[in-house]
Amino acid sequence: MAGATRPEDRPVSPFLTVWRWHVTMATSILHRATGMALYGGLLLFGIWLMLVASGADQYGPYGALLSGPLGQIGMYLVVACLAFHIGNGIRHFFFDAGYGFKPSDADLSAWFVILFAIAAPIALWALVSFGGV
Amino acid sequence: MTEAKRSMRTPLGRVRAHGPSGQGTGHFISQRVSAVALLGLGLWFVISASLSMHGPTYLAAIDFLTSPLNAVGVILLVVVGVYHMQIGMQVIVEDYIQKPVMRTILLLLNTFVPIVIATGAIFAVLLVNFGKD
Repeated sequence: MAGATRPEDRPVSPFLTVWRWHVTMATSILHRATGMALYGGLLLFGIWLMLVASGADQYGPYGALLSGPLGQIGMYLVVACLAFHIGNGIRHFFFDAGYGFKPSDADLSAWFVILFAIAAPIALWALVSFGGV
Repeated sequence: MTEAKRSMRTPLGRVRAHGPSGQGTGHFISQRVSAVALLGLGLWFVISASLSMHGPTYLAAIDFLTSPLNAVGVILLVVVGVYHMQIGMQVIVEDYIQKPVMRTILLLLNTFVPIVIATGAIFAVLLVNFGKD
């Protein structure tokens, strides 16, 4: 062990307790979290299709549930998760191509994706409600 | 260590084929190819469904799904979506679940559940379009 640095002088591995919170860390975690949420969302979408196919009587109560506050909030969250996952997915395409790794660029694109995920469902809701289409 | 020193094999030769699976690159590419497809399919579905359906009623759902373009788009969304989410969830399970039994159970569920739901969803879209009633 001659020449080895003392334990307290060694570099510390980046664990949560010694790691400064960073926006690029948030996008990384959110990418997995929204991916898992969309996993559930797509399974529910498949079940919704089966309910539609099973007829108006069967579908009725579930349609009412979707129109109610729980369903509306759920769909709003699914759109927000999709917006984030798509936005951050595009960001990852740039990373795959070797662009956007400069810390300031990565921070900027991370904030942009987070803001996009907040704005996109609101924009879609506004388009449906007031767009006149 | 002493045995390794005496061996004529190179370090690369010793570690080859001892990785977790040896087929990560295929997954990496499949994940991105399906992501490109879902970028279009996801945006198309969310925007066109919310603009044309005006609420999750039974009649609106039937109207939407009986358009041939929408039916094909929804089936593609389910198939590609399930493929993409299976790969993604497999990575998450392999990263975080270390107990072999639990890991195997979750990987099996991740293989079966999405295929069952996707098959039901595709059959539902066909039933809405070609069903007798």
